[in-house]
Formats: sequence, C-alpha cells, structure tokens
Amino acid sequence: MAKADVTQAEGDLHLERLTKQFGDFVAVHDLSLVVPQGSFFALLGPSGCGKTTTLRMVAGLEDPTAGTIRIGDTEITHQKPYRRPVNTVFQNYALFPHMTIYDNVAFGLKRRGVKDVKQQVADALDLIQLSQVAQRKPAQLSGGQQQRVALARAIVNRPAVLLLDEPLGALDLKLRRQMQLELKRIQTEVGLTFIHVTHDQEEAMTMADSVAVMNNGIIEQLGPPTELYESPQTVFVANFLGQSNLFQATVKETDGEEIVLEDPDGMFRMPKKRVAAGVDTSTGRKVLVGVRPEKISIGPLAEAAAAPTDGNYVDGVIENASFLGVSTQYQVRTEGGEHIDVFAQNLDVHGLLAHGAEVRLTWRPHHGFVLAPDQDIHAGVEVGAGVSG
Amino acid sequence: MAIAQAIGDTIEDQRTPPPDPKKRGRFTPYLLLLPGMLWLAIFFAVPLIFLFSTSLQTPVAGGEVGEFEQTFNFGNYVETLTDEYYYVPLFRSFIYSGIATVLALLIGYPLAYMIAFKSGRWRNLLLVMVIAPFFVSFLLRTIAWRQILADEGVVVGALRVIGLVGDTGGIYPSALAVITGLTYNFLPFMTLPIYASLERVDPRLIEAGRDLYAKPFTGFRKITWPLSMPGVVAGTLLTFIPAAGDYVNAELLGTGKNSMIGNRIQYEFFNVRDYPTMAVLSFVLMACILTIVLVYVRRVGSDDLV
Repeated sequence: MAKADVTQAEGDLHLERLTKQFGDFVAVHDLSLVVPQGSFFALLGPSGCGKTTTLRMVAGLEDPTAGTIRIGDTEITHQKPYRRPVNTVFQNYALFPHMTIYDNVAFGLKRRGVKDVKQQVADALDLIQLSQVAQRKPAQLSGGQQQRVALARAIVNRPAVLLLDEPLGALDLKLRRQMQLELKRIQTEVGLTFIHVTHDQEEAMTMADSVAVMNNGIIEQLGPPTELYESPQTVFVANFLGQSNLFQATVKETDGEEIVLEDPDGMFRMPKKRVAAGVDTSTGRKVLVGVRPEKISIGPLAEAAAAPTDGNYVDGVIENASFLGVSTQYQVRTEGGEHIDVFAQNLDVHGLLAHGAEVRLTWRPHHGFVLAPDQDIHAGVEVGAGVSG
Repeated sequence: MAIAQAIGDTIEDQRTPPPDPKKRGRFTPYLLLLPGMLWLAIFFAVPLIFLFSTSLQTPVAGGEVGEFEQTFNFGNYVETLTDEYYYVPLFRSFIYSGIATVLALLIGYPLAYMIAFKSGRWRNLLLVMVIAPFFVSFLLRTIAWRQILADEGVVVGALRVIGLVGDTGGIYPSALAVITGLTYNFLPFMTLPIYASLERVDPRLIEAGRDLYAKPFTGFRKITWPLSMPGVVAGTLLTFIPAAGDYVNAELLGTGKNSMIGNRIQYEFFNVRDYPTMAVLSFVLMACILTIVLVYVRRVGSDDLV
C-alpha cells in the first residue's frame, strides 16, 4: 500500500481479533470492534483491563501480537505512529515543556509540512478559547488550560481518529464536569472520531454515543450508555455501571412471554426479553436475577395491599437508612436472608422509614434482568464503586 | 516528592501564622549564610588576593632564587603574554581541552542515552561501570594509557595492520595521546550530568512527538536534545574547565611539544621558582576560562535551555 494513502486514510475504525501479550500476560484478548466515523466512543473499564493498551495499539505505540487495525479500507496495524492519521491526547497531557503553546500546537503541522500553519494554529487556539496564551510555556498554564492545549495540539491535525487517554483524570471534579461538556461540544463541532479511554463510568456515559465496557482484556458489553445501564449482559457490567441487587433464583416455569422464577423469598415474574443473551431458562435452571436499587419502591408492610398482581414483591426489615437529601438509601434484609439496596426518592415529607420497620419492596417485572449464573456475583463491585462520582 | 513536600509546607504555613519577623531577627538569613561565606573568603577570596599580589612581584636585586618583593609590576603580564614560550601552551590547552570535550560529548551522550532509555535492568550496573574507574588512581589510569598506546601495543598494532599508522610510526607520545587521555579521564563528568538530564525526560513526551508525525531523528532533535541541554551544558563545563588546566595528561602522554599551560605553571612553581610568572599564568588561565564559559552559557542558554 502506498505510503501517502496511509496518512490520508479515513472511515470507520475496525479492530479485528486484536491481541496483545506482554510475556505471559494477555493484556488484550481477541478483541473486535468497529467505531463508526464521527462518533464519540468510550472504552470503559477498571485499571489493568486493557483499555489503554488497546488505545496505544491504535496509536501505534504498541505493536499488536495478533489481529489487524484498519481505518476505512486502509490497514495500519504495523504502521509507525508518525505515519498514522491518528493523534492522541495523553494522560497528563505530555505537552513539550520547552516550547511555547503556539509551538506545541504547531508541532504536528510543521512535521507534515503543512502550509498555513499560523492560521490553523490560531483557529485551534480559538476553538479551545486560549488564543491569549499562545506565547506562554505550558508550566505557566493551569491544569485545565493545559488539558485544552493538549486537545488542540491533537485536533489541529484533523486526524481520522482522535484518541483520548483518561484526558480528564488529573482535573478536579468541577473542572472535569465543565470539560466533559466542552469536549462534547468540540467533538460535535469538528466532527472527528473520538475514542475516549476512561475508568470513570459517569464520564463515559455523559459524553459517549457508545461505550464498550472492558474487563480482563475483553469487551464485556458494547452499546449506547442507556442500553448498558438498563440491560446489562454480565454481572461485571451490572455492578461496574451503577449499582445492582443480584440474587440467585431457579426457573420454575415458562408462562407465555414471561418466565417465573423462585427464590427463598417467593416467586417473581420476568419478561423473556429481559434475559441476557445465551442464558438457559428452561425449567429447573439456576439463574442470577438483578434489579437496580432505584427501580424498587418501598412502603410500610402494614399499608401494603394483599399481594400486588402486576409486580414482583418481597417483604423484609430495614437494616439501615441513610438520608441523602434527594433520595434515601435503604438496606433491607428480606425474609429469605437477601440484602437489598433501595434508593427511594424523597417525594413525601412525612420522613424516613425507621430502622427495624417491616416493609414491602415492589418492582415491575420489566425492570429486572436475568444473567447467567456461573459468574462471581461481586464482579466489578469494588472497581466500580471506587470511582463513582 | 519534593513538590508534595513544598505544597505540604505551604499548607502548614497557612495554618500556623508565621512567627513575627521582628522576633525571628532580620539577620537570621545572613547568619545562616555565614559559614559558607567564611569558607569562600578564607579558601577562595584570600588566596586569590595573595595570588594576584604575587603576580605583581619583582625579584629581589641580588637575592636568591625564589626571593621576591612586593611591587606593582603589571609589566609581568605583558612580558609573559608576549612570550611564545607561554602563549603557545595556553592556546594549546584550549585546543586540546576543546577537542577532548567534543569527543567526550560524542562518546558520553550516546552512552548516557543508552543507559537512560535502553538499558532496562542493567541500568544500575552500567552506571557503576561508568564510575568504577574512579576507584583506581587518576595517575595510574593515565599511565596505563602509555601501555595501551605503546608501539608494541594492541591499538598501534591494529592501526598498522590497516595502514593508518606507518610501520615505524606510533601514537604515544603525541598530541593524540594527550587528547585521548583527557577525553578518557573526563568522560564520566560528561556522561553523568547528561544521564541525569535524560533520565528526567518523560518518555511520554517522546511518544507524543512520534504521535505528532515526528520521525525518530526529528523527535530527538526537537524534544530529547533540547530537554537534555542542561546536562550537556553541565557536562561540557565539567569536562572543559578541568581539562584546560590539566597537566598530568600532557606530562605522562605527551612530549615537550605537547605542553599545556598547566605544565608551564607547574614548572615555574617547582623548578624555576618564578612565582610571579606562575601567578600571572594562573590568573590568565582563569580569566580565559571564565570568558569562554560566559560566552558559551549565554549562547546556549538563550535559545535552548528551558
């Protein structure tokens, strides 16, 4: 393939059966992925999941052990990084400390021998609203400003794919929120393909059109943020994105479009379409049932009707209640011994349900989800909880 | 660590109100400077004054060898500097040490680069190997070069085989041998500061350069080299300054034709006992080095240093 073609390549980014091994350690395992041109894509996962390695392979900074990388029809798997139409916003920015902001942003353009460097750099600095600092050195800028310069330095080259490696990790919370919106605005404005690597689920969900959740070198699930949240396919995704109540149950029977499940607390119904792909739900099989804490309503057992016909319910005792302002977080121990978290919106002013109160928890069948039973029920709990907010 | 410490200190400062400056005493900083200032005064300023006054002395009429009286004979400077016997070795000193500095840079930079970026787990061992020669006396190491460069030695033998040196020719003693000795002896002073600079260069900056279309050599020229400039400046100064004043290498590896200014100074002092001429030469050498260093640092410092 002609060299000139490579730097001009454009189109969707295809990763096919990509594997990277460091000695015996498999960092990325047989990963396949298509990122549509112009989309904002997030690779989300805990540290060590292989997301940064994947990014570095796309950038050309790591050589894949197996598999191919293509942009449109052009293969770039083993191309040198300086030949690829790919640019990176590095973690901690990696701005050249001995150059002015102008020279930093102009660096890529000059290397490629572009003509109107001045104009393009000026436009890029305008885009990030930092024209006034062009002649300063990076050390004279705040963290947020440095972050934007790093972005401009990459964007100015109009790469086919822009890679962002934890770009907001070093910023404080408030600035991070602001930059999330800013990044999204810039991406919409320039229309480039953005691939954003992060361990922060909120960051991924706020900005990305689609998210791939990675763990142990593989993609656990890929889809739009709402789909990942509402219909997780694995325990890891259910726990890593937000919080989930998970418990084991046995399939009792299939009733039309619904299945009936049983656990020590009784029976529930669940639509078949809420069952994760590939899970066996024939009678007698064990499965994992999940329901998000905010989908459950809680009320005093005394006020509950006999048995609700349109929902699932369990009865239990409040073990812990924390008032958080917008909501109250309850921990309930059911009669069958399960612990269930409930987030209740504070709609009423009559106050909290007290510790020790007997309550009934109800949720609609289509709010639950069914997962394969052969998984660690706590997978993704700690790594997910550690970064929330 | 240091930054965290500094931040910690700042926070500490904000929490506890600073002690009243009047109570602390306005003279505390000067008091703390005193030991250093005294040291400099006693061991640098005072000897310098003595040396300068010596350079203006005249021999006592009818006195013994080495007997001088204090005068203000600035003619000593004119007399010495216009004498070929002195200004040629002075000039030669800067040529030899200049060449040795360039050679040490050419050898030391790649060595430091390799240790900093490519040595992996061998790094510490290689660093020890750079310093290891210091465990043997400077004189012994220099004398060893006589053997290495001797007519019947391996180096000359090999050069004769490929015809670079004639059958009767040799390397020791010669200007080449002196410069080789200077280069060898000051190489660690070149290598270590450059290593220290390179080691601090964030490898992500180099990756960022490659990501931004810089080919390997361009990346080196635009990023690694400028960022290692402080080490290069320190290394070249640490090599050039002592090499210019050195007399051991010229003494042991050269002939009378390769004498450097250090050899003259040593000779005037111990053999001729012409103390004023010795002092004049010392002062001139110092002035020349100071000028060269100032011009060099100004030039390099203005456009490349961070």
